[in-house]
Amino acid sequence: MNFDTIIIGGGLSGLTAGIELQKRGQKTLMISSGQSALHFFSGSFEFLNTEEDYPEALKKLPAGHPYSLMGAEKVLETASKVQDFFAGAGVVLNGEEGRNHFRITPIGVLKQAWLTLEDYARLPSDKSLPWKKVTIANIEGFLDFHPDFIAAGLEELGAECHCRSISLPELDRLRNNPSEMRSANIARALTGSVIGNLAKRLSDVSAGSDVILLPAVLGLDDPRPAQSLKVRTDRPIEYIATLPPSVPGIRTQMMLKNFYTRLGGTYLLGDSVTGGDFEGRKLKGIRTVNHSDKLFCADNFILASGSFFSRGLLSTPSGIFEPVFDLQVNCPQERRDWTKENFFDRQPYMGCGVATDGQFRALRKGESIENLRVCGSLLSGSDAINEGCGAGVATITALHIAENITEGK
Amino acid sequence: MEYNTSENNFEQCMKCTVCTVYCPMLAVNPDFPGPKQAGPDGERYRLKDPSFYDEALKYCLNCKRCEISCPSNVKIGDIIQKARLDYSAIKPGLREFALSHTDLIGTAASVIGPVVNDVLKLGAVQYAMDTMMGVDRRRTFPEYSRERFTLWFRRNARAAQEKYSRFVTYFHGCYANYNYPKLAQDFVKILNALGYGVHLMEKEKCCGVALISNGFRKDAIRGAKKNLKSIREAVAKSEPVLATSSTCTFTIRDEYPHLLGLDNSDIRGSVMMATRFIFNLIDSGKAVLVFRNDYRHRIAYHTPCHLEKLGWSIYSTSLLKMIPGVDFVMLDSQCCGIAGTFGFKKENYQYSQKIGEGLFRQISEAEPDMVATDCETCKWQIEMSTGFKVENPISILADALDVEATIEANAALGTEAADK
Repeated sequence: MNFDTIIIGGGLSGLTAGIELQKRGQKTLMISSGQSALHFFSGSFEFLNTEEDYPEALKKLPAGHPYSLMGAEKVLETASKVQDFFAGAGVVLNGEEGRNHFRITPIGVLKQAWLTLEDYARLPSDKSLPWKKVTIANIEGFLDFHPDFIAAGLEELGAECHCRSISLPELDRLRNNPSEMRSANIARALTGSVIGNLAKRLSDVSAGSDVILLPAVLGLDDPRPAQSLKVRTDRPIEYIATLPPSVPGIRTQMMLKNFYTRLGGTYLLGDSVTGGDFEGRKLKGIRTVNHSDKLFCADNFILASGSFFSRGLLSTPSGIFEPVFDLQVNCPQERRDWTKENFFDRQPYMGCGVATDGQFRALRKGESIENLRVCGSLLSGSDAINEGCGAGVATITALHIAENITEGK
Repeated sequence: MEYNTSENNFEQCMKCTVCTVYCPMLAVNPDFPGPKQAGPDGERYRLKDPSFYDEALKYCLNCKRCEISCPSNVKIGDIIQKARLDYSAIKPGLREFALSHTDLIGTAASVIGPVVNDVLKLGAVQYAMDTMMGVDRRRTFPEYSRERFTLWFRRNARAAQEKYSRFVTYFHGCYANYNYPKLAQDFVKILNALGYGVHLMEKEKCCGVALISNGFRKDAIRGAKKNLKSIREAVAKSEPVLATSSTCTFTIRDEYPHLLGLDNSDIRGSVMMATRFIFNLIDSGKAVLVFRNDYRHRIAYHTPCHLEKLGWSIYSTSLLKMIPGVDFVMLDSQCCGIAGTFGFKKENYQYSQKIGEGLFRQISEAEPDMVATDCETCKWQIEMSTGFKVENPISILADALDVEATIEANAALGTEAADK
């Protein structure tokens, strides 16, 4: 079976690359060994934690950072396309031109963000809030959202917070199974006429408030229930991320995947690539668990298998390695140097990843593989948590690689 | 490479809850504990003390969609199925016996085929089965054929097979044998046109999927051993064993070892879906299919859960897309809700239909001439619930095939290969 490009990994970065390649007229295959980290989506994409404008901040990054490999100019040019790119798939993100805004985390802290889903709170500053009186409402029995934490955080910024619990008879059956009263199951129940009842209950408990903050548990298949509730409630509503699974994340994953297949892409879920056949500095084809004897061939390959969480990287007592092609990995030699004792310090293992040349071509046994490129969190040199650049690296490197492949660079 | 791994990778679960999102049963039935709780979480307790077993695990459809979604490769569905067989105290009754012993019932029914069909359609009989046995009266049973496939093959096709020099062995399964011999005949038609003779297994028994899910482990092991013996004989003659049912294929390849304790590693790679075998022949240039130019149909393809787990729908869909007159629609992969015998049981009917709603809606919106799918119970469920006609991709290929032209083209290919 022959394709123009085969993408290994079906998360944010792989889907971005796949969609862009399909749009550019390629025939692609995507192989994903399970659902992705989008199921943990905060509702915001991060570009880089910085108080400065992006061009200034990019200058200060170390040479091995994926953004530095691309060059600041190219990074900014590509970044400016991301918002429209996602809107094309139906995922509406908002942000400021060239600098960060702030989002509210599930524990009530304000953090920097680049692009935020349309329904979520998007704040211009982390020094003050645009609201004086805030109602934080939770669904009774839902354990993956903690209004008291959020209230404690927002009160430090001077807001008067009131925590409320909403009970709806439509959710009584879900409450029979407390261990599975999870966001996705609540989202399935909060549709249709239930939205009207919820809107009424919210209006009743939030008298005098400037805003109602709600867990993001509406709209599993499409964003309409979340929007409909906003329209029907007397006061403004903003959504806040919950503990996983993330309903807007699941929705985003589905919308991107459906967009990709509508564009003609082939998506294989639940399969794992076991290795490939190399001819000199070229990857000829790959094999998978489900299609054992079959060689999937392509002109180009993209490895977007993620970092430790998605098993794109594995660590053992003797080393950190990339399990699909055994590519070269940048990581500290000594195991004791992988971590720092203070949990909140920058952890060196977070910067581990596959070594590439300037075009993101993977290095293997000291040589770059001409037609195997790496994108997203598998790349070495960035620390998504400490630098706040996970989604930025995932989407920007993916778009860049897709452009280079189709333009023959 | 892997450290600290246990049976079914259960300790690899990092409690991320992704599986709970994709469980079709949990979405409609809060009485089911969900794959995470029923699988790896519950397993920790059951290993300590079997009395922690929860009979609500009977709601698991064994669709394996939890496993497909798991980012950590935990065999969640396998853990649950194994626990059901190991710990369930529910004793299967007459209904479970009748629904699962497909060989026995099928043989009896095909002797008196048309009578059984008429009797099963009688309102009074359906009422009695509903009230006395708990088989839902809204279900229609697949009809039994008067002449089962094996008999037809012996009378009409077996002798003609010997003129071929290459062979495949066909695992027809209960459905193609007792209910729908046309599917098996279509299989023979295509393989013959491609230049392959068809052998049947020395002794074919039901793959055992219904026996396993209804709690008859011993009967399942007995049948599986006979199947493995015959499969080994075929493989020893270098014949691949091909099937037209995704669930039979999946059960023999992936359920025999971990649920029945039967090692199949020597033959697992030789047992596959017919569509995979045929596609690979075409893809590698070893054979060609020539289609009629007057075949025109809009066909929507539904991926059965077990084919999704095998990862092989790409073979069936690629073949269908090769037919020039086919207007192809890919349906988003969702469980149809029937899960074999599960949906025939009265207490499960409501869940079955609720799970299938999404798929049924997709089908009516696509307005196809017919639906294609590789699983017989999906076919029944879709036909019963939507009214759309459902065909196996093999039957569609056979109908669209220009048999004479295909035979000629493959004979020419053979001569070419011989010349080289």
